[in-house]
Amino acid sequence: MIELEGLTKHFGAKVAVDHLSFTVRPGVVTGFLGPNGAGKSTTMRMMLDLDNPTSGTVRIDGRHYRDLAEPLKYIGALLEASKAMHGGRSAYNNLLCLAQSNRIPASRVREVLDLVGLTAVARKKSKGFSLGMNQRLGIASALLGDPEILMFDEPVNGLDPEGIHWIRNLMKQLAAEGRTIFVSSHLMSEMALTADHLIVIGQGKLLADTSMADFIQENSRSYVRMRSPQRERVLDVLRAEGLAAVEAGSGVLEIDGATAEQIGELAARHQITLHELSAQRASLEEAFMQMTAASVEYHAHAAGEHKVPAKAPPGAPGAPGAPDQPGQPGQPAVQWGRSYEERRRRRSSRKGA
Amino acid sequence: MASVPAVLQSEWTKVRTVSSTVWTLVSALVVTVAMSAGISALMKATFDELSELEQATFDPTFVSFSGMILGQLAMVVFGVLVVGTEYSSGMIRTSLAAVPQRATFLFSKMAVATALALAVGMVTSFLAFFAGQALLGEHRTTLGADNVLRAVIGGGLYMGLIALFSMGVATMLRSSILSLGILVPFFFLVSQILISVPKAKTVAQYFPDQAGSKIMQVVPDALGSDVAPYGPWGGLGIMCAWVAAALLGGYLVLKKRDA
Ligand SMILES: Nc1ncnc2c1ncn2[C@@H]1O[C@H](COP(=O)(O)OP(=O)(O)OP(=O)(O)O)[C@@H](O)[C@H]1O
Ligand SMILES: [Mg+2]
Repeated sequence: MIELEGLTKHFGAKVAVDHLSFTVRPGVVTGFLGPNGAGKSTTMRMMLDLDNPTSGTVRIDGRHYRDLAEPLKYIGALLEASKAMHGGRSAYNNLLCLAQSNRIPASRVREVLDLVGLTAVARKKSKGFSLGMNQRLGIASALLGDPEILMFDEPVNGLDPEGIHWIRNLMKQLAAEGRTIFVSSHLMSEMALTADHLIVIGQGKLLADTSMADFIQENSRSYVRMRSPQRERVLDVLRAEGLAAVEAGSGVLEIDGATAEQIGELAARHQITLHELSAQRASLEEAFMQMTAASVEYHAHAAGEHKVPAKAPPGAPGAPGAPDQPGQPGQPAVQWGRSYEERRRRRSSRKGA
Repeated sequence: MASVPAVLQSEWTKVRTVSSTVWTLVSALVVTVAMSAGISALMKATFDELSELEQATFDPTFVSFSGMILGQLAMVVFGVLVVGTEYSSGMIRTSLAAVPQRATFLFSKMAVATALALAVGMVTSFLAFFAGQALLGEHRTTLGADNVLRAVIGGGLYMGLIALFSMGVATMLRSSILSLGILVPFFFLVSQILISVPKAKTVAQYFPDQAGSKIMQVVPDALGSDVAPYGPWGGLGIMCAWVAAALLGGYLVLKKRDA
């Protein structure tokens, strides 16, 4: 179990991690999600006591990392891609150094090399390794002490599809053995396949701490897709009911805030012909992007391009397309927090309706 | 707390499994012995051309250590790389995750590397001495003569301390290139030049290498040089103070800064 309390990290004026408090529990895979620069790697480095927190604490099974006598037997970590081993040393010797420092037998080194499929290159200098091989070497080092807690920073980075499949199964298997698994990613789709619990951060702040099932329930936008030859009438009727419809092209309307059954009955009452009526659910990736839209630090496009349930008029506070105070880089996460709350409120009020 | 013998063993594996260890230590030995031998032979051949004062203060022991000026640079490189590659490779994070107690980690690493440097330094010192004496002919001295054994053992200590000092500096600077860029010109140029400038000399004689190398002199004013205001052990003491300062600085940086 890992407990974070008010964990904060400043790099000069930059707030990389901002009062994070959460608990990583055993027996499940906990996904740690956030866009680039959200502070995932920094948080993980602080968990390993590599970076000193500006304030706040991390406890591993109730203890500080620095008080662990042989930490590799408690917690294994894969650090950010590839840069964590001496390239001039062989894979075997790199692991042997680590093993010896924590009194782990050399036989275990061979075991983990075998487990990650690096036995054939165990005696090769690791500087010749590909990104994927380095990643496997890092995973081997994490598994070295057979620890109860495992932490992976973007483990699928650089792995081929077979490797990705392998690491997914490995994590699930490790969690099933009752271990604590904490894995970071910026890919929601990846998390959806592996994680049971989700922790989402944006600009260093906690955005969500929820089970995967709840996250899907809460965040994936559900709407009703409908096609009708009497488009104008449909729009009038919907407007009269206070329902918002978005035109999605080729005569398709997407309606928020009502079930397919309600729309169907509504159409029947008004004797409207329907050619198509189905309940839809937006992808999780879309939900994640929506959630973090305002806290994305390095985006290729302006935020707010994603379709949002368009109940709030454009430009109103909370609409992701219109940050409340543009041009104040110091506070975007605060703005985000507000818009997130706004969306949550909308969502729950819709549920109640 | 981490088991110290286990960490020592781990650091020993680290030192012996990188190629830089072998080539730096072999260079230190070969360069020192070869250059000392060459200068000893040269001294024998040109002894009659030395001034009367230089002949009167001729120090065959010190002459047989002439190669250390160059050989010590290989020791500097060894010391710097032992620490610096942890940073350049990113291994430092993995290492500290395995041994989070900073003092245990740093001082175990330094103990192992210094013991090795000391062993190589001792062998180098004795080899340089015997090679030098063999080539000095009738001007030679013996291990049994007054203070000679102290000087030869001191030569080995000097090399070990130079390596340890370099480790401390590299821990402070956290970079091999930066450390080498400062230490090599300092020992090879700055210190050597300043010691021969009359005014600057009063300061330069307290530099770690200048003070420490006095242990290798048997004749205090060898070859007509000025007598230092401290004795051979006093000089080594000054060098030890520099080393202690570098270690403390290195430890504080490691403790305070993010890995
Ligand atoms: N050593 C450092 N010095 C200064 N700023 C830093 C340092 N490390 C991280 N940062 C900054 O802190 C923020 C968080 O970085 P971090 O690497 O933790 O993000 P991340 O969530 O891991 O991103 P990614 O998905 O790209 O790996 C970034 O804005 C980064 O620029
Ligand atoms: Mg990262």
